[in-house]
This record gives sequence, structure tokens and C-alpha cells, in this order.
Amino acid sequence: MKVTFWGTRGSLASAGPETVRYGGNTACVQVTGSDGTCIVLDAGTGIRRLGAALSRDLTRVDILLTHLHMDHIQGLGFFDPLFRPGLEVHIWGPPSATQDLRTRLSRYLSPPLFPIRLRDADSDVHFHNAPDVPVSIGGLEVCGAEIVHPGPTVGYRVRDGAATFAYLSDHEPALTGDLDRRDGTRWTSGADIAAGVDLLVHDVQYSPDERAERIGWGHSSSLEAAAFARLVGARRLAAFHHDPGHDDAAVDRIVAETAAAVPEIGVFGAREGETVHL
Amino acid sequence: MTGTDFRLEADMAQEPIELILFRQLSSSLAIPVFLVDANGDLAYLNEAAEQLLGVRLDEIDEMPFAEWTTAFTARNEGGHGTDVDSLPLVRAIRDRRPAHGPLTITGGDGVERRIEITAFPLEGGRGRFIGAVAMFWETAADA
Ligand SMILES: [Zn+2]
Ligand SMILES: [Zn+2]
Repeated sequence: MKVTFWGTRGSLASAGPETVRYGGNTACVQVTGSDGTCIVLDAGTGIRRLGAALSRDLTRVDILLTHLHMDHIQGLGFFDPLFRPGLEVHIWGPPSATQDLRTRLSRYLSPPLFPIRLRDADSDVHFHNAPDVPVSIGGLEVCGAEIVHPGPTVGYRVRDGAATFAYLSDHEPALTGDLDRRDGTRWTSGADIAAGVDLLVHDVQYSPDERAERIGWGHSSSLEAAAFARLVGARRLAAFHHDPGHDDAAVDRIVAETAAAVPEIGVFGAREGETVHL
Repeated sequence: MTGTDFRLEADMAQEPIELILFRQLSSSLAIPVFLVDANGDLAYLNEAAEQLLGVRLDEIDEMPFAEWTTAFTARNEGGHGTDVDSLPLVRAIRDRRPAHGPLTITGGDGVERRIEITAFPLEGGRGRFIGAVAMFWETAADA
């Protein structure tokens, strides 16, 4: 399984010379299974370049949305494969008690916010609720779970043979309790889907100081993400959802803070364009 | 051996997110809250409920449905024992509807208390029953 970062920024795209190393595009991560299965996690602005790079031979692509905040769906209308006749596009997202996924996405993908309607896509588009039990997508096994973030939000766990990967792009587990407790994870958001993964991609938006001012905004600090990774027993942690106000040097500092807190875990800052092999 | 292996052996399964969030809310409320999971087993008691029921969560560890429904010798207004099915929280679990009623109970500390209970079911974001909540109001305490 291969994990490629196409967008690692949170909240708002932030292109510029000061973000060139970690990248300015918002959340989009591609997972390629050993059998060639392609799934895309989130449709932030990074999905535009991914769409241009996708093989024309592909017959199906699955887009798994964690939630419908703009930084996770803004690129959808610019995902060129959406307009490829014959391609099957499956869009998965968090369930809502009131409106289906297509209706909720159409609020953005329609005038006056967007010139083209979702129903005008030429590909064969299907909508699904994020699975809360493991399902097979090609050769990959995918499972979702609701996690703590404002509005219905899911995290995903992906398995390819023995390799496991979890993606919790926007997550504030500290809101529901102390992450340093050693008496288990019964009351920890996201604990089941992230348990023991080879790679955890997790929200590390803030330094501890910034975090103190933003309780309830749905994101984590370096130290909280580190504590969560330790609690669930992740082997590697990719710091993700970089704050749009942080330049590369600031992200470097936050990643270093995270790494220092959990020396036993391989911590790195997710960089646009980087591929990790699991 | 890694921390991961240990964690997976030693741990209980994670509760659904809605229950985790409700527990967090309860922990900061002054109103006594008694939270059960989808099986009807006690999942959490806040401090105010610990005080009212005269029990400590740390000490009881777990309290299945069959145990809490009889633990506090609930009696109705006439002073007669009530059957389990008429307890508001049991009705919330069984009928999946809110329920309210007065009761006299004897806490784990032996103190008798008159309370009113409001109970309601919790339906998760996927429309699934994930547990139920009882909130208690003490109406008078008999010495
Ligand atoms: Zn986000
Ligand atoms: Zn968000």
C-alpha cells in the first residue's frame, strides 16, 4: 500500500513562498493498494493535481470524505475524472440524520457557489454513507468511525494485507478527556480505528499555546496528537492539517515538538507530493 | 513486545462517539446523570449521581442492567416496591421513549432519598440506539 499526500494544509489553501515545503493545498491523500485499487481521502484543493495525474485506464475511483467542511470538498468540482464518461466514481461521506450526502454536497456544487451542478458530471457517480464496519473496495479493506470534530465527521482505517493506515484529518480527542491516561481507550474518540496502525495521519494543527485559545474548534496540538498516537499504539505519525497561518519553519517547530513528546514513534510532517510505502 | 500488543490485550472496546460526548457533558453538569450503554449496563455516573446514589464509580467498576435495576430498592409514592419495568430508565431503554417519574430509593450509603427521574434514549447519528440517560432530581431527603 502506498500513501501519497496531495494536500496537507488545513482550513484554507495557503499557497506562497513561505509554505512551499509542506505545501499549500488542502486535505487530499491518495491510497494505492498493492493490486492497484485507488482510493482518495478527502477532496480538498489538492485533489485537482491528483485528478490530472490519475491513469486513464482506471475504471473506478472511490473518494472518502471525512466531513463536508470546505477545506475537504473544495476541490471536488475540479477533479477532472468526475467528467470522464464511463468512469465509476464512488463518493463516501459521514451520514446525516436529515439529508443524504448528494443533497448536502449539492449545496456547494451548485449556483451561486459553483457554476456546475453535481448532476452534470459525466462520470457514473454513486453516493454512500461512510461504512462503520469493514468493507472491501477492490483489494483494500476500509472502515470508518465517527470522531470528535464539529458536525458529523468520520476517520478512516485502511488495510492492505498486513499493512494498516488510519486517517483522522480533523480531530480533537482531547475534548473528551485526558489522553495521557493509561487505563485504556474506552472513552477516547478514534481509538478503535487508529489502534496499532503502521501509519497514523492525524490533525496536528496547533502549538500548545495556540491550542489553549481554540478549545472546541475541532483540532489538536502537537502534544495532544502525540499523546493520542501513543495511546493507540501507532507506529508512525504524520502531522497533518497544517494551520494556514504557519509557514514552513513554524510547521517544522510543531513537528519537532510532536516528535520530542513520543520518541518511540516515527513522527514526520506530511508534505505535499510525498509518498509513504507501507 | 510493543505497547500496541499490550493495549489490544488489556483494553475494552471503544464506546460510540455519541456516548463519549454525552459522558463528557455529564462530567461537567451539577445535575446527577446516570448513563447506560446499548445493553442497558451502566456506562458512567457523574459525581453528582455518585453522591445522590451513595456509590463510587471507581469502586463498582461495572454494574450490569440486572444489578442496577434492583440495587437501590426503588419504591413508589405509596412506599411499595416497584417492578423493574416501571422504572423510567428501563422504560426509556425498552420503549425508546422519554419517561419521567417519582421514586424513593436507598443509596449505597444506606440513605433513603426521594427523587424524580427523567430518562430518555440516545439515538446515534446513524439512527441506532446507543444507550440511555437518566437525570435525577432530589425532592426531599428523609433523615
Ligand atoms: Zn479541515
Ligand atoms: Zn473540519
